[in-house]
Amino acid sequence: MKARDYLIEEAMPLFWCRGCGNGIILHALLRALARLGKSREETVVVTGIGCFGKADDYIRTHSIHGTHGRALAIATGVKAVNPGLTVLALMGDGDCATIGGNHLIHAARRNIGVTAVVANNLNYGMTGGQFSATTPQGARSSTSSFGNPESGFDLCRLAGAAGAALVARATVYHAALLESLLVEAISCPGFSLVEVMSSCPVYYGRYNGIPDPAAMMRWWQESAVPASRYAELAPEEKQGRFPIGRLGGSDRPAFSERYARVQEAAQAGAGRWIQAGTDR
Amino acid sequence: MAARTAFMQGNEAILEGALHAGARFFAGYPITPSSEIAELASTRLPARGGVYLQMEDEMASMGAVIGASAAGAPAFTATSGPGFSLMQENLGLAAMAEVPCVVVNVQRSGPSTGLATRPGQADVMQARWGTHGDHPSLVFAPASAQECFDLTVEAFIWAERLRTPVIGRADVVVGHLRELVALPDPEDGRALASRPRPQGPPDDYCTYRPGPDGVPPLADFGSPYIVHLNGSMHDERGYPSADPAQAGRLIQRLVAKVQARVGEMVAVRHFRHDPPEGAPPRPAVLYVAYGSTARAAREAALMLAEKGVPARLLQLKRLWPFPDSEVEAAALEAGLTVVPEMNLGQVVLEVERVVGKRRPVWSCAKSNGEPITPDEILARTLEVVGA
Repeated sequence: MKARDYLIEEAMPLFWCRGCGNGIILHALLRALARLGKSREETVVVTGIGCFGKADDYIRTHSIHGTHGRALAIATGVKAVNPGLTVLALMGDGDCATIGGNHLIHAARRNIGVTAVVANNLNYGMTGGQFSATTPQGARSSTSSFGNPESGFDLCRLAGAAGAALVARATVYHAALLESLLVEAISCPGFSLVEVMSSCPVYYGRYNGIPDPAAMMRWWQESAVPASRYAELAPEEKQGRFPIGRLGGSDRPAFSERYARVQEAAQAGAGRWIQAGTDR
Repeated sequence: MAARTAFMQGNEAILEGALHAGARFFAGYPITPSSEIAELASTRLPARGGVYLQMEDEMASMGAVIGASAAGAPAFTATSGPGFSLMQENLGLAAMAEVPCVVVNVQRSGPSTGLATRPGQADVMQARWGTHGDHPSLVFAPASAQECFDLTVEAFIWAERLRTPVIGRADVVVGHLRELVALPDPEDGRALASRPRPQGPPDDYCTYRPGPDGVPPLADFGSPYIVHLNGSMHDERGYPSADPAQAGRLIQRLVAKVQARVGEMVAVRHFRHDPPEGAPPRPAVLYVAYGSTARAAREAALMLAEKGVPARLLQLKRLWPFPDSEVEAAALEAGLTVVPEMNLGQVVLEVERVVGKRRPVWSCAKSNGEPITPDEILARTLEVVGA
């Protein structure tokens, strides 16, 4: 399989705006699937609502275009019933981190074997550029003209703290890194999250002085720092920068592995229960 | 034939019915008075290779049910008023994306937390119109532990056959009632609930190309027939479509596929109680009731007959689509109709719609967290009969 074999070509051209990063993420994802040799049959794409929630329009695997914020809940049901499937939840920051934030932390805690791919463009693009739960404090948006009074989530730290098996971040400038992180995440048996810092020049860029797509790319290039180097930066050097690469995870057994023990115990009859673990 | 008879709670009978129909997945969030269903599902499902998931809320529960069903497992959830409100969002997704599932609402008094967890029947219109937009609605209402079993099986059969969500709408009185239930041989339940499956070359398969009955065959995630489920307006392939003609056809089909089959579904149960021999002839009183209230109405009918008034009870086992023809026939045979219900008057509106001005229709409404008693129904009846 080649990346193109997963693409619904008749759905071209992409619905996304000029300069949007989502096409880069979509392409990296399809290349990752091709590298892993995933068949269309064994792959399920679950989306919610939002700009990146339209990604399923272009993917020829199994798919369900669901409700805003609930992609991870739907994906959890799919994976729980058929652990052999490769299940991808494609979401934006509004979908995953804001309306769906509760499902994100529980998917990570449950360690369900789903890969969450989050296009984080720091705002709600689909509805006209309102601030989301990842919009930085002070940033302007169509609903924070005087600057955002709230702080944004660090999604990777959030998912890591909640127990995700693999947490990683890339930007749309770092497409090769993104592809390899996606390969790693999709291969991970537990819950994995790949956050992709993505360009929204039309809204986030325009409201915050970077309306030019190329300038937004330069912004990602300059602010993203490989995780190993980021750790060595002085606190003042970390200002306005963020780490990329693999950022954390745990090696707890995935939900389906543990649930198979529950099924065995239930089938063996009364008086059986599964071994308690030592993790949180 | 019943393979065995067991003494059980309505909620247990719901679980038994789901298992009998072939359920393999449950996702839910604890809420009284439905929790027994989840507790039993958590042991019985894994014992047969199925899955019980306890989700973070009812929105997620409905989402997981839809995902599990799309992956091929007959799936259900159980909740009560506050949780049922949260499920409306993904109930709409199940209707639009045509993913079979069963949602049990063991009703309690509302609104909001209401009188937790006293009886109520005020979610009738919510079960019909709770999720936004035009959509089909298929709702069954048991009045006994036996009907909890039977109607749960019925709900699974129609959910799978019609690719649509089906709501089982019990109430706390029925859910916690303990009665004898006749359980059929488990073998009789095998493959009871089965969805239409695609045939022919996988490349030709379209997720939403309807069969002759208006229901598109559904493959499982993981099958060579690639499935594109979509909660947005879509074409036959499941690709998004903004074409008004397409949208109009789809909405019509979603409703029509259910409406076309109502003749085959469980609808009502008739009870007839006549006065003692020799009583002067009088026009009959009809009660239209459902859920636990139907049992109080039956008792009221017996008392009314003893007073010399012929009494009829039409117990609605299916609330939506509303059994128009059955209600109309029964109401026209009677002199007047009384509709007792534990709300301020919801089903009475439907009865009035069906009967029109041809016969008087009276509401016997009670909405205070207490069940309606036979005495109250009788008192209301004597008031409107003028006896």
